[in-house]
Amino acid sequence: MRNDRIAYRGTGSYVSEKSLSRRSFLQAGAAIGGGFMLSLSLPFANGEAGATEPQGFAPNAFVRIDANGQIFLTMPYVEMGQGTYTAVPMLIAEELEVSLDQVRLEHAPPNEKLYANPLLGVQATGNSNAMRGAWKQMREAGATARMMLVAAAAKEWGVDPNACRAQDGEVIHTDSGRRLKYGALAASAANMPVPQDITLKSPADFTLIGTPVKRLDTPAKVNGTAVYGIDARPPGVKFATVAQSPVFGGRLKSVDDTAAMAVKGVRQVVRLNDAVAVVADHMGAAKKGMEALQIEWDDGPHASLSTEDIAGELEKATLGPGAVAQNIGDADKAIAGAATKVEATYQLPFLAHATMEPMNCTVDFRKDECEIWIGNQAIARVQAMAAEAAGLPVEKVIVHNHLIGGGFGRRLEADGAVRAVEIAKQVEGPVKVVWTREEDIQHDMYRPYWFDRLSAGLDETGKPVAWKNRFAGSSIVARWAPPVFKDGLDSDSTEGAIKLVYDLPNFHVEYVRVEPPGIPTAFWRSVGPSHNVFVTESFIDELAAAAKQDAVAYRRALLDKSPRARAVLDLAAEKAGWGQPLPAGSGRGVSLQFVFGSYMAQVAEVEVAKDGSVRLRRVVCAMDCGTAINPDTVQAQIQSGIIFGATAALHGEITLKNGRVEQTNFDTYQMLRINEAPAIEVHIVKSSEPPGGMGETGTSAIVPAIANAIFAATGKRLHKMPADPNILKQPT
Amino acid sequence: MAFNINVNGNPHSVDVDADTPLLWVLRDVLGMTGTKFGCGMALCGACTVHIDGIATRSCITTVDSLGESKVTTIEAIGTTAAGAAIQKAWLDHEVVQCGYCQSGQIMSASALLASNPHPTDADIDDAMSGNICRCGTYVRIREAIKLAAQ
Ligand code: FES
Ligand code: FES
Repeated sequence: MRNDRIAYRGTGSYVSEKSLSRRSFLQAGAAIGGGFMLSLSLPFANGEAGATEPQGFAPNAFVRIDANGQIFLTMPYVEMGQGTYTAVPMLIAEELEVSLDQVRLEHAPPNEKLYANPLLGVQATGNSNAMRGAWKQMREAGATARMMLVAAAAKEWGVDPNACRAQDGEVIHTDSGRRLKYGALAASAANMPVPQDITLKSPADFTLIGTPVKRLDTPAKVNGTAVYGIDARPPGVKFATVAQSPVFGGRLKSVDDTAAMAVKGVRQVVRLNDAVAVVADHMGAAKKGMEALQIEWDDGPHASLSTEDIAGELEKATLGPGAVAQNIGDADKAIAGAATKVEATYQLPFLAHATMEPMNCTVDFRKDECEIWIGNQAIARVQAMAAEAAGLPVEKVIVHNHLIGGGFGRRLEADGAVRAVEIAKQVEGPVKVVWTREEDIQHDMYRPYWFDRLSAGLDETGKPVAWKNRFAGSSIVARWAPPVFKDGLDSDSTEGAIKLVYDLPNFHVEYVRVEPPGIPTAFWRSVGPSHNVFVTESFIDELAAAAKQDAVAYRRALLDKSPRARAVLDLAAEKAGWGQPLPAGSGRGVSLQFVFGSYMAQVAEVEVAKDGSVRLRRVVCAMDCGTAINPDTVQAQIQSGIIFGATAALHGEITLKNGRVEQTNFDTYQMLRINEAPAIEVHIVKSSEPPGGMGETGTSAIVPAIANAIFAATGKRLHKMPADPNILKQPT
Repeated sequence: MAFNINVNGNPHSVDVDADTPLLWVLRDVLGMTGTKFGCGMALCGACTVHIDGIATRSCITTVDSLGESKVTTIEAIGTTAAGAAIQKAWLDHEVVQCGYCQSGQIMSASALLASNPHPTDADIDDAMSGNICRCGTYVRIREAIKLAAQ
């Protein structure tokens, strides 16, 4: 997310980063129970729009050093598998001159004001921004604490602080060799003034940042002891599963629970307006009870809705005007005068998240308070929406956050918590509501369907002189953070469609917001770029083909103003052996993007069989993500993103028929498996620029790389994803 | 009726319907939450346990089918040689991301290694393609199995 959106704080007001001095987001003092405490207030978490100083200090992250020298860090981010719980402590440890195992993490409680992510502005981990938000503040916190510890030691010895240094959790007086451990200094450091001028280490001196350290959260995940939301077991918990109206917006008409109540272990059947839940002693009984229910639904207004209806509406919308997202020069005029004109439309399907951990939430609804166990990327949102559903003030809702068995945007939403609260209101004692996989896939909130209409003009050498794109689809931001949707635009829906790396003299992009009826939408890993990069990189490939030029050379010629983009393109092409011959039926495709603050190029190599099935053999990825804090994690995230995107490109499609999602489980909504997984090579360009996002970039880049490779292999251009074997198969 | 089952060397008596899947007996009745629910239809492998050493999907294994069989779960797999080797390789090679699928991956991989100390790529595909990882850790799973096999 970029700066125009980042300042949203849930109140509709904005504040700019530069207006806050360091003093305003950092305070130091004694910790309760002894030791030293540094409180950080990350920008955008407090203060009103236009204020030069925030009104009152509201810390949202804490660094505490106890008398044993153990360092505790409380931070407002969630671990979803992306290594945040390791990388953020690395930032502190680097500047504090301690080893990583001296830093211990404590979970942050939900508090919208205190734990706002400086980029998302509401307490949430998403959009590849955990490290981008923490990068500067966490290092400054570490450096501040270090300087205060050094000052405390210098005072004790009666020497100049500049004659002392910090090393391995101690302060050392260089000349005399005297040493004091941080633990011994913690109490007196609390009384030192907070330094106003702090110097951060130069990247050349980093000893932790940029090294492949081991993840801190892993050991519990290989022996079954890690506790995810679905594993919460408050004493006396019962187990429930839920069936929601199969058509979105439908209602429960009637339910006959005679047979269900006869199932051993079934305790109760809960009726809601648009759902039924079966509560039992264990999930086996709950599921069996659910199968025994006779439910009648009133399907409501969307009873005959199909994907084709929605696609048709979107297609129509691209014929009318939209909100101008970016304009350079006069694209219409340039196209009219161009030597060659190229036109294309593209469509991308609805997609489910299908996190491995199905949706679940445990709730103990008591008379005047409500306790919740969940794994979520935005717990303050959970707390607020659960409070509303419970009819309780926010402070009466206690949320325990847990490890997340996959987020990908799904767990930025609180619908599962709301549903669980509705059920728990009718149940005595705590109840764990677990969605079956079928329920999880059929009642997801989906990556939107997109329809895009593009045209371009080429001069007589084949070079693009004009580019036009009008696309239509749902804006997640408009629902999730309404004030950020302004003038018909939001920076998520357009990211990857505008501000391209290519130098295009005439350029015009419009977005038409169309909310599909009868199907909810949500952020999905790589969000806006999951759609836009596919379209942009497919179309530029079409232009190269129309110009009869090599796909890499064609892109390269447009990158004079973007040396970092050119560097990753060159690197990916070289490592992939671009241009070297491949067997018949195989092809290489390239993609290039600058999204989430990172540059990435990918080359995909595919083989298309006679029956039209596509095998993704190899992916070479070159990335410049600025400073790679933990390069091993960056590698892992890219591999992960590529598999996620390849899954979508080859298998991913949610369709509606008669208002119902047609896919149900992993047999009809297929995942890439190990036998289909490509070899993946990731090359990271060394850089000391601030870190860019990397949790999602691999996903958006792979989809067009695959489509372009299929074109190279077969001569068939995919204008609609996923790849359809019926289109690709050879006539017999 | 009550069923007597043996999990990780310990006897348990559970009073559930005969057709109750082992998965829910483990997770909800016995409180052993290391074994995960992913699909309930033998499509994802998250619920994999060993039954007499054979990798088995506990979500479709009914409690009455167990008889005298010995069930081993992720909580105890580290006590077997193959399980310990796989866990170590998983850590050394940083396989894990969100981790939710990894109990099942480790159970499938340790069953493979116990029966086939030097699996080929094709053996790995055969043994592991029933285990979905939505975080896409496949490249590292393959490498880690080879590491453990050394
Ligand atoms: S839960 Fe058993 S295979 Fe998916
Ligand atoms: S590590 Fe997340 S699903 Fe495999």
